Amino acid sequence: MTAVAMASAGQRGAWTGALRIGLIGSAVALYVCLNGIVPIFHARPLIRDTISLGQTALVLTFLGAGYLATRRAPPGAAKALAAAALAGATSGVSLSVLLLVGRLAGIDVRAVFIQASPVLYEVLTLGTGEAGFWIPIAVGAIIGTAAGAMSLLPRRFAYPLLAGLLSVLIVGLFASLLRTPMLGGPLHELARLLFAAEGITRVGAVIAFAAAVLFGVFWPQAHLRRRAAELPHAQRRRLIIPLIGLSLLFFLVLPQVLGPFFAHVVAFVALYILMGFGLNITLGLAGLLDLGFVAFFAVGAYTVGLFTSLSELGLFTDSQCLALWDGFAVCPQSFWFAVPLAILLAMAFGAFLGLPILGIRGDYLAIATLGFGEIIRILAGSDLLLPWLGGPQGVINIPKPIDAPPGTPLAGATQIYYIGLVCAAVIWFVAIRLRDSRLGRAWIAIREDEDVAEALGVSLVQTKLLAYMLGAAFAGLGGAVFAGLIGSVFYTDINLFVSINVVALIIVGGMGSFPGVVVGAIFLIGLPELFREFAEYRFLFYGMALIAMMIYRPGGLLPSKIAQRELHVPDAVAPTDPGMVPVGERGA
Amino acid sequence: MAPLLMAEGVTKRFGGLLAVNNLDFSLDQGAIVSVIGPNGAGKTTFFNCVAGFYRVDEGRILFDGRPIHALRRDHIAHLGVSRTYQSIRLFANMTAMENLLVGQHHHLSSSWIGAVLGLPSVRAEEEMANQEARRLLRFIGLQGRGDTLASSLPYGDQRRLEVARALATKPRLLLLDEPTAGMNPVERQQMTDFVRRLRDELGITILLIEHAMRVVMGISERITVLHYGEKIAEGTPTEIQSDPRVIEAYLGRGSQAQAVGQAAVAELAPVPPVPSPGPPTA
Repeated sequence: MTAVAMASAGQRGAWTGALRIGLIGSAVALYVCLNGIVPIFHARPLIRDTISLGQTALVLTFLGAGYLATRRAPPGAAKALAAAALAGATSGVSLSVLLLVGRLAGIDVRAVFIQASPVLYEVLTLGTGEAGFWIPIAVGAIIGTAAGAMSLLPRRFAYPLLAGLLSVLIVGLFASLLRTPMLGGPLHELARLLFAAEGITRVGAVIAFAAAVLFGVFWPQAHLRRRAAELPHAQRRRLIIPLIGLSLLFFLVLPQVLGPFFAHVVAFVALYILMGFGLNITLGLAGLLDLGFVAFFAVGAYTVGLFTSLSELGLFTDSQCLALWDGFAVCPQSFWFAVPLAILLAMAFGAFLGLPILGIRGDYLAIATLGFGEIIRILAGSDLLLPWLGGPQGVINIPKPIDAPPGTPLAGATQIYYIGLVCAAVIWFVAIRLRDSRLGRAWIAIREDEDVAEALGVSLVQTKLLAYMLGAAFAGLGGAVFAGLIGSVFYTDINLFVSINVVALIIVGGMGSFPGVVVGAIFLIGLPELFREFAEYRFLFYGMALIAMMIYRPGGLLPSKIAQRELHVPDAVAPTDPGMVPVGERGA
Repeated sequence: MAPLLMAEGVTKRFGGLLAVNNLDFSLDQGAIVSVIGPNGAGKTTFFNCVAGFYRVDEGRILFDGRPIHALRRDHIAHLGVSRTYQSIRLFANMTAMENLLVGQHHHLSSSWIGAVLGLPSVRAEEEMANQEARRLLRFIGLQGRGDTLASSLPYGDQRRLEVARALATKPRLLLLDEPTAGMNPVERQQMTDFVRRLRDELGITILLIEHAMRVVMGISERITVLHYGEKIAEGTPTEIQSDPRVIEAYLGRGSQAQAVGQAAVAELAPVPPVPSPGPPTA
């Protein structure tokens, strides 16, 4: 084969590559249309009178197809643009076919795909009616070309542009969160200028875009980082203290500015961080896959509920305060008294449930603990415990830990926000101390090789039980905070999804990594809570995130110290995936 | 003096397979003794019985006069028995230092509450443990590589690190399961000298399984030969080399095999250890 023939074969390969990307884009576009994302979120504008969230989903699909096609295109700007256009146009083909079938041919697609509604057809034809069936292909080609053009720009221009687009998307998504606190205050007029009732105005979009572009152009990030790296260690430490102070202040002020809804969301995130830290000990460090984690959460929640509830299920009333000496009394009804008890009880449960399953390994352990979680859930809702736990009626009327009337800075969820953050910070500290201790090493050793660890003198009984108990303690604290936050405990709150959520956030964050738990909780708990509009699609995004995670970042978003060390082995030649290198192949 | 390790009539079955059959064995304090035998002879099974990985079906095993065959692995480790493995079983995702720290686990006493509170006693103990780990690293020639992941170390270093991890438990008896498996002749010689140092400098009694005859003949004071789970010979290297039952076990019956075997055994005469204390009397 001559060189010319080979080159042309390579180019043909590149065109079929663009076509293939286009076909994948086509499938994705059709999927987001028919599963309802496009038609349902067409009702929610991103930029008022300009683009809806539903349309954004399609635009992102076309952009992605164009970008990917450019990356694999043969060299040369014109060819790259052509490949991007081809991929974009192909992405639109399935939508045009849908229009032809559903609109022109009059076949009732809706009988099968109920989301193939007139609204969807209107979105796809940009409101031009039956004659507009070619529009998805044209729009796809244009947007694909735009993506190709952007990726051809030098980084200096492409990055600020990308930052601008991202900023519009993010501000548009979070519009109501940003808008609510500004209304009624001195910024009222500004809010009306920037934000619509839903989404942002065109002015707001332009400002968000411009601000991000300017930020991207002028932000001397690399320069600053280099200077910070050049500073001596002591000076860098001195820099860290004001940084910590600033972030503390930031977290203190945040709920006051953004309002109670935001405080509620963050309190929920903090709660999951607590449980994440707990499971990170049992699962991340000791390697014990506990799918019944919700049991300990339940113990914590019900303990606090029963101790502090003002309903008839509550164990105590105000009059039962025990006066110890002048002016000092112990009130069993106090949240502060109930929390330590909740933690202790959860630990006791951890030991109780841990004992029978000590010898079970791996997958079998997951099944056994899954059973425990279900037993606890069913018990909590059963008639047997009805007189004590309230059964389906649940424990209600749990007062907030601090008696703050509405309007004061500590009212409602805000105080739980602070309590949750303080608890998370303390627990973080405790968890890290544990990890770096003799016990933490034994946990990791057990995860690595349980038989060898025992043969080295590590008592499996003691070490595993402590892993269950301490993990349970954190989960119990999480449950206690939950009871204080929601103000009621129902047995329906004690479900498998609590356990699954905690496992998922650990996997997404990075197994064994404590900062990873925080990031995972923000992504998997915080974002879905913020985007209540998307509630129906929560588990779709969840599943997609988990699959993408496993493929592209199996170590998690913030891998643990161990995983990071693997990337920073002193040998400069160390491959990024040491698991692929046979033992002994790598020279010293 | 009573033997440090004594096995009396130890039998281990796997279903119908008799892996170890009525084995009597004893090992004196301060000795270096090898167990050899063809593949499947029951050597590793016997090791697993001693270290508590398997429960014996019959017989008993005494360590320092105490029966240990019914004890849990961690208890046996506490008494002073430590082992290495045929295929390396380091904690691959932990650093060399951490591997050695886990080895010291039961010699440390800090509780988790103390660790959370950061008590001075806990810090002092951790510092001691770190020093001990660094000392062990120096002993195996890995000083300065403590932060390397165990799985990133070269093969020979992994083997020695595994021995050092066993040493971290401060054992009186060390069971080495094929310490020179997969090594080239130079590494083998280094490992042989290293094992001798363990006994000479640290006074640890050593029981090893080994296939490399040069190593076995060069280092062992006594050798026990297993075949199909039974002990077929026991004695000094010289006695074992000329034992017809041993040659038969390895090479089969027949006059020709006998001749080949004797030639082979003669060739396997021990190499002088380095530094050489003089040629062995073979």
